[in-house]
Amino acid sequence: MNDLLKPAVEKLQKKYKAQVNEFKDEVTVFIPAEKNTEAATLLRDEFSFDMLPVVTAVDYCPQSPRFHMVYIFYSTKDKVYLTMRASLDGDTPSIKTMEGVYPSANWREREVWDLFGITFEGHSDPRRLLMPPNWQGHPLRKDYPLGYEEVQYSFNFDEIDLRKPKGER
Amino acid sequence: MREIQEFTLEELKHKFSPRALTGDTVVLNMGPQHPSTHGVLRLIVELDGEIVVNCVPDVGYLHTGIEKNVENKTYQKAEVMTDRMDYMYTIGNNLVYCLAVEKLAELKVPPRADGIRVILAELSRIQSHLLWLGTHAMDIGAMSVFLYCMREREMILNIFELISGQRMMTTYIRPGGLWRDVPASFEEAVRDFIKVLPGRIAQYEALLNKNRLWQDRTQGKGVIDTKTCLAWNVTGPVLRATGMAHDYRKANPYSGFEQYDFDVPTQTGGDVWSRYLVKVEEMRQSLRIVEQALDKLPYGPVRDSNAKYIPPRRSEIGVSMEALIHHFKLWTEGFTPPKGSVYTAIESPRGEQGVFLESDGTAKPYRVHFRTPTLPLLQALPLVAKGAFVADLVAIVGSFDVVMGDNDR
Repeated sequence: MNDLLKPAVEKLQKKYKAQVNEFKDEVTVFIPAEKNTEAATLLRDEFSFDMLPVVTAVDYCPQSPRFHMVYIFYSTKDKVYLTMRASLDGDTPSIKTMEGVYPSANWREREVWDLFGITFEGHSDPRRLLMPPNWQGHPLRKDYPLGYEEVQYSFNFDEIDLRKPKGER
Repeated sequence: MREIQEFTLEELKHKFSPRALTGDTVVLNMGPQHPSTHGVLRLIVELDGEIVVNCVPDVGYLHTGIEKNVENKTYQKAEVMTDRMDYMYTIGNNLVYCLAVEKLAELKVPPRADGIRVILAELSRIQSHLLWLGTHAMDIGAMSVFLYCMREREMILNIFELISGQRMMTTYIRPGGLWRDVPASFEEAVRDFIKVLPGRIAQYEALLNKNRLWQDRTQGKGVIDTKTCLAWNVTGPVLRATGMAHDYRKANPYSGFEQYDFDVPTQTGGDVWSRYLVKVEEMRQSLRIVEQALDKLPYGPVRDSNAKYIPPRRSEIGVSMEALIHHFKLWTEGFTPPKGSVYTAIESPRGEQGVFLESDGTAKPYRVHFRTPTLPLLQALPLVAKGAFVADLVAIVGSFDVVMGDNDR
């Protein structure tokens, strides 16, 4: 592990019983979901992680817990990245918004809500970002179809027509 | 298919002042089809006379679901989609994606491939800045700069055509190296360009720097400070124009950028004028890097030799059974990197271009997230635009150099 990351990681380990995972020189800390803003504030104020370049999620459907929120922090002083993950269970999960700590999380969280359907408690502007406002469903979930349409031939037209999704997704 | 609805004023009222609902101020649509919005950016602006009270960017008109599509393709095939994100820095999109795959699969890029990558990435940055300068100047009313910039940009696109057959979407950089080596005439074409450009940059500066109209339209307009930039995660020339010399090529070097001698230009004004100065100087610095990389470009292979990840050369397929099997396996099944997730970032002409790539041990990426530089820029736009004139809003959007394909993915 990079020496510059050690104090921050040790502090998180001690304070939140965070699990640490190292893969190809990248350090990931797993923290409890309800502590996300607290841990981010700690990283920002005490360890000079002044930027939050990435807020995204990963869907592990059908495993449990289903979602991982992924936050990647960057320190312009030490020039290092630190990844923080929080697992969320259930089909309609929610987590506290990071907006109060890093304002830049605003749109990124709107994007995650739009594409994954994770609700952010206390978010100031909970609208969809990329999809149209009246869209149904969250496209980046693993159980959301890619959008292929089954080809209908004359011999199986009716058969496929029966199971074809109609109207709204 | 249901009709696509837009946000209503009622849904957006928390973004506007109460005066908008009484009709005291005017809520006006700028875009998505507007010549100064560089693509399909829609700005809903609340105006008090000619002054912008609030500005709400509405994005997503170019959302093509690239992240979803990439999850359903093998690693090699997915790369072609990355070209289409930031269509002004296609080589960089390939590069950052390939760096992520290489990190995941532990592929080693030969020095010659790294050198060519650097040359192409910097040429790509110059062509992005040239188009930016041309369109930005045209937005503000300096028509002639556009034509000159396009003339020089054409030379770079010709170089791209020379090496790959494509002018913009080259997909020339591949995981583990390059598609193939550059042709013999590549070096001469780049040298010609290096010879021509410094004089041409001086011409642009002669047209703009002492132009009274240009100065009045850019100086002191759209000011942003370093603290706001960091909090809103704004990187690239906009951050450097506020006085912070932060550049990923220096801070977290990739592809051997640490070998080259170049400066990170900064300004302290944080306004449209400073961004212009920073970007023009960046073109000069990029040219320095290209020249150094070309001078010390070594000979050798341009791909890693790991047969499990890198397709065999065409000449080998006819004579080696192993190569034939590898070729067949790689293009039908793809390769399977180990389980885990990585994040890589490069310096695009607009800021930090990053890829978060997660593998589950199969031939398709499990999750890909593109951290694009335009999104934070647009997010910070309302802060900068507040209190500006509508005409200055055009200058601010122009100076941010937004690429909607990059924002919406």
